[in-house]
Amino acid sequence: MKAKELLFKPIFDNNPIALQILGICSALAVTSSMKVTLVMCIALTSVTAFSNLFVSLVRNFVPSSIRIIVQMTIIASLVIVVDQILKAVAYDISKQLAVFVGLIITNCIVMGRAEAFAMKNPPLPSFLDGIGNGLGYSAMLIALAFIRELLGSGKLMGVEILPLATEGGWYVSNGLMLLPPSAFFLIGLIIWGIRAWKKDQVEEPEFKITANTKPKEA
Amino acid sequence: MSNKESTLSTVTVALVLCIVCSVVVSTAAVVLKPAQVANKEKDFKRNILAAAGMLEEGVSIEKQFERVETRLVDLSTGKFTDQYDPDSYDQRKVSKDPKFSSALSKEQDIAKIGRRVDVAEIYLINNGSGLDKVILPVKGYGLWSTLYGFLALESDLNTVAGLGFYEHGETPGLGGEVDNPKWKGLWIGKEIYSAGGDVEISVIKGTAPADSKHQIDGLSGATLTSKGVHNLVQFWMGQEGYGSFLNNLKQGEA
Repeated sequence: MKAKELLFKPIFDNNPIALQILGICSALAVTSSMKVTLVMCIALTSVTAFSNLFVSLVRNFVPSSIRIIVQMTIIASLVIVVDQILKAVAYDISKQLAVFVGLIITNCIVMGRAEAFAMKNPPLPSFLDGIGNGLGYSAMLIALAFIRELLGSGKLMGVEILPLATEGGWYVSNGLMLLPPSAFFLIGLIIWGIRAWKKDQVEEPEFKITANTKPKEA
Repeated sequence: MSNKESTLSTVTVALVLCIVCSVVVSTAAVVLKPAQVANKEKDFKRNILAAAGMLEEGVSIEKQFERVETRLVDLSTGKFTDQYDPDSYDQRKVSKDPKFSSALSKEQDIAKIGRRVDVAEIYLINNGSGLDKVILPVKGYGLWSTLYGFLALESDLNTVAGLGFYEHGETPGLGGEVDNPKWKGLWIGKEIYSAGGDVEISVIKGTAPADSKHQIDGLSGATLTSKGVHNLVQFWMGQEGYGSFLNNLKQGEA
């Protein structure tokens, strides 16, 4: 596979959130403000990229009986390092991200890519695949954060865009946007949008609902 | 590669991986520790200054904090104490420890905090001619969470100079509006005590009359959070809180 394909395919064609429905939990939790979201995206992308790289480097030595544990150990170590760095250089943001940086360990995207791609491919493509999937995740999160911060608090990156009614402006903020469930609705709408645009992402229905009564009986 | 599934190679791979990972993780933790501790302290100092309404952008926190004097106060006697070292005393850490705190009865515990520390860490800000402001840590239960903050008083120990919370889990947009600068601004200039010395300051439902010296508007859509803030100010300014200390300080006997 070509580098370009590895990097950009996960953004629309094979988005980890929209198509694979992975990594939803953090997409709900950290998207109420743009700044926090960006840091989370960088953290997740670097963890996915480097865990893919390291898993791919050791893939020929890892006995299959302990391969998941090996992947987990590598991912967990990387996440701890990222968490420590954030606490040292971006304390305010790490406070807002709180537990969610630690929870990257359990983010299905990281583990999923390590098992599905890095175990079978050489280091460089694996690294690119990690970045690509990180970008796919980031694209979705940034879209969510954009809508949620703008409609929820009238700001983007903390800069006022829509003056709030509570502070003398005209915009009455939508409080729901600041609560995690709003991300669920938005993700649903985005998935709908993507599947209306790219018809091949629509899944075959697993079964068809038959009519309750036959016309004759009715 | 033929024997990579053998027990020996499984154990070897696991061992090597664990050693490499633990070295990486512990190196990161040790190297970054000083920066993290410094950040934490800076954050705490920033909260104190922000509550007092003294936080200036562009000036380093350490520099701004030079005017602040940290003292410990024994809340039962209302006097300064040198029982512990102010630099190492961590009020939040010991606030649930029976050795450092006392239980409150149901009638006393209007702020719903369960236990109150015996020794509180307070901050005095001096200007050239003497005491300028006093910053007191306060906490109390809102709707979902305990609100932690600071209340700053002017040198008359009656007029509010600022109130701010640095940690809470109230609903964003409703109770979370305790962080709204406009609402926090309402507190400035209000008076805590009535002429008779009772705690008179209160958060009321709706809008307070413009000339009121003791009343603050409630937050719309956040009745219980407003009530929580009201209760915690009532508690900490009363006899169970800083009441006797403020009295002593006023008379120069602290």
